[in-house]
Amino acid sequence: MTRERLTGWGRTAPSVAEVVTPDDEEGVVAAIAGSSAVIARGLGRSYGDAAQVGGGVALSNLGLGGVGPIDEGGRLSVGAGVSFDELLASSIPQGWFVPVTPGTRQVTLGGAIAADVHGKNHHVDGSIGAHVLDLRLVTPTGTSDVSPTKDPDLFWATVGGMGLTGVVTRLTLEMLPIETDRVLVDTERFDNLDAVMAAMAEGDQDYRYSVAWVDCMTRGAHMGRAILTRGNHAGAGDVTSATLTGPTPARLAVPFDAPSGLLNSWSVRAFNELWFRSAPRHEVGEAQGLATFFHPLDGVRDWNRLYGRRGFVQYQFCVPDDAGETVVRAITRLSDSRVPSFLAVLKRFGAATPGPLSFPAPGWTLALDLPVGPAALPGVLDELDELVIAARGRVYFAKDARLNPSKVRAMYPHLADFLEVKERVDPEHRMTSDLARRLGLTGE
Amino acid sequence: MDNAFGQPQSVIVLGGTSDIARALTKRLCAARTRSVVLAGRDAARLAAAADEARGYGASMTATVHFDAEDLAGARRCVDEAFTQAGEPVDLVVVAVGQLGDQLLDEDDPARAASSAVVNFAWPSAALAEVRARLVAQGHGRIIVLSSIASVRVRRNAYLYGAAKAGLDRVCQGLASSLSGTGVSLQIVRPAFVRSKMTAGRPETPFSTGVNELAETIVRGLATGAPVIWSPPVLRYVALVLRVLPAPLWRLVAARG
Repeated sequence: MTRERLTGWGRTAPSVAEVVTPDDEEGVVAAIAGSSAVIARGLGRSYGDAAQVGGGVALSNLGLGGVGPIDEGGRLSVGAGVSFDELLASSIPQGWFVPVTPGTRQVTLGGAIAADVHGKNHHVDGSIGAHVLDLRLVTPTGTSDVSPTKDPDLFWATVGGMGLTGVVTRLTLEMLPIETDRVLVDTERFDNLDAVMAAMAEGDQDYRYSVAWVDCMTRGAHMGRAILTRGNHAGAGDVTSATLTGPTPARLAVPFDAPSGLLNSWSVRAFNELWFRSAPRHEVGEAQGLATFFHPLDGVRDWNRLYGRRGFVQYQFCVPDDAGETVVRAITRLSDSRVPSFLAVLKRFGAATPGPLSFPAPGWTLALDLPVGPAALPGVLDELDELVIAARGRVYFAKDARLNPSKVRAMYPHLADFLEVKERVDPEHRMTSDLARRLGLTGE
Repeated sequence: MDNAFGQPQSVIVLGGTSDIARALTKRLCAARTRSVVLAGRDAARLAAAADEARGYGASMTATVHFDAEDLAGARRCVDEAFTQAGEPVDLVVVAVGQLGDQLLDEDDPARAASSAVVNFAWPSAALAEVRARLVAQGHGRIIVLSSIASVRVRRNAYLYGAAKAGLDRVCQGLASSLSGTGVSLQIVRPAFVRSKMTAGRPETPFSTGVNELAETIVRGLATGAPVIWSPPVLRYVALVLRVLPAPLWRLVAARG
């Protein structure tokens, strides 16, 4: 047990907790029984304060490893502390890909369940929770296997439940068969937001994977210019030399904290310009490696240090299909405020899971990385929250580090259902985190 | 909990009835603060300040009584404030102090001692307990009101200035002791502030109102600067004050 200062990936609002790393279920049970404030922590990739608990116990799930064999139906039993990186290293050579992958492989399966993560295929395949067959869950009142048919309330409260129902130790996942480690990618450049949104609404269904990078710092006619990349897994006949090779480690790293202010509106504007101009105007069927397509940020270790000592926040929201206008207004508000923002990620969401705290819901989602510093930023984001609520949308807890707690119920109307399940399995409110305390997700 | 922008939700203010404390409470409630515990000497003024905080949007307010001349009561005061808060405390503001009357105090042992107790000893005692509570929590922030008077004591207010200087030094040490604990301390060094405490006193250069000071403190909470000067330019003025030859200093200090 060590006492450690913990933050999320955004490196804001630190707190100190005891970190324990049990390597089996008994160890997890003991750690939960031994503290009045516990939260599981994986690789620390949630951006805000979801996987830290000041004065409590951060239960590292990294000791809960073990990747089982994949059966002919693609079913795989895997330890919750296994990362996507580790899983893909063993599954890709066997011809299996994960059904859903977030933008980095440095996420544990347990963390992925807690946030009900989504990837570029959400509009077709939904979030990770839709591909989980069962979970082994240790709660403060007992350990059980839960699934969409066995105690579905507890299963779905756990999927997207930010770790607040207990600690997942193992899960069974349904994998996706692949013939090659290539993705055939179509890239298109758009001069403004309306054009790219029209193209996505029109054509995303033809692709398993789709995402657009939007420049939030241009104003006027080119407001929200974007690069849309869409693709499908390449079949063995689609590429000349088909291989099945797992991911390789990052070759670059950011060795120290950059000075705060390195990423200001000038440098970010210059970067966005370069990024936009370096993309082809229109390219069809380019064969890209899985890692290049799915995990571009994994190429540089510790890239969050670029934001300097004060860190950054990621703001991600989703709104229903009929509220595309909210996306336009949000980007307009940001570009008008001149708050520096790296290329934003825009994507379409498909069907939601029944998780009461699960983030994705059908429609649009936009994610923005914003350095902490500009005095206007907190107020601008509070305004964006209002826009999002007016459109019946919500922000993503796994990214959040600043939401006003009074807005949680409007964004998550099924919060009461979640709290009812939590009360059943955790009547003493042991499972908690800085996020849960800040937003009132612990129950009272 | 504190958020990514340094906006606390749960706050304790020791010396919560002062004009500075009330202006700060107003600013904090305008952002994220919902739980406010105010500690002070005067029950009626405490109740009024708590009412005011509810008006600013606080959903939980409580008051704790203390007397800054009662050193033994410092721990009880802090403990009671944390109990009243009932949840992890994000920010403790220490705004305890009394300017005194230099000319009356300097030849009166009891009054001279009182200045040292109220401005230095009691806040130091309270900070020891605050430190322990926040370190156990694993997070939290402390704001301590020092003064430009602590930078170099002057003839017209040396008892106050020296006591603040002592407190300021305690805070410098305390701040470095907090490294790695998840807790941090920021020192506020304002110039003359127009308030109840200074009413009727001649203003010195760089004076500010309480609202301006509160705004500067809130900005400092966001940046995390170890020392918050108000107005900010005072940082550079202080550099000069520190190195001014004594005869010249006496001339400058005699004005106001």
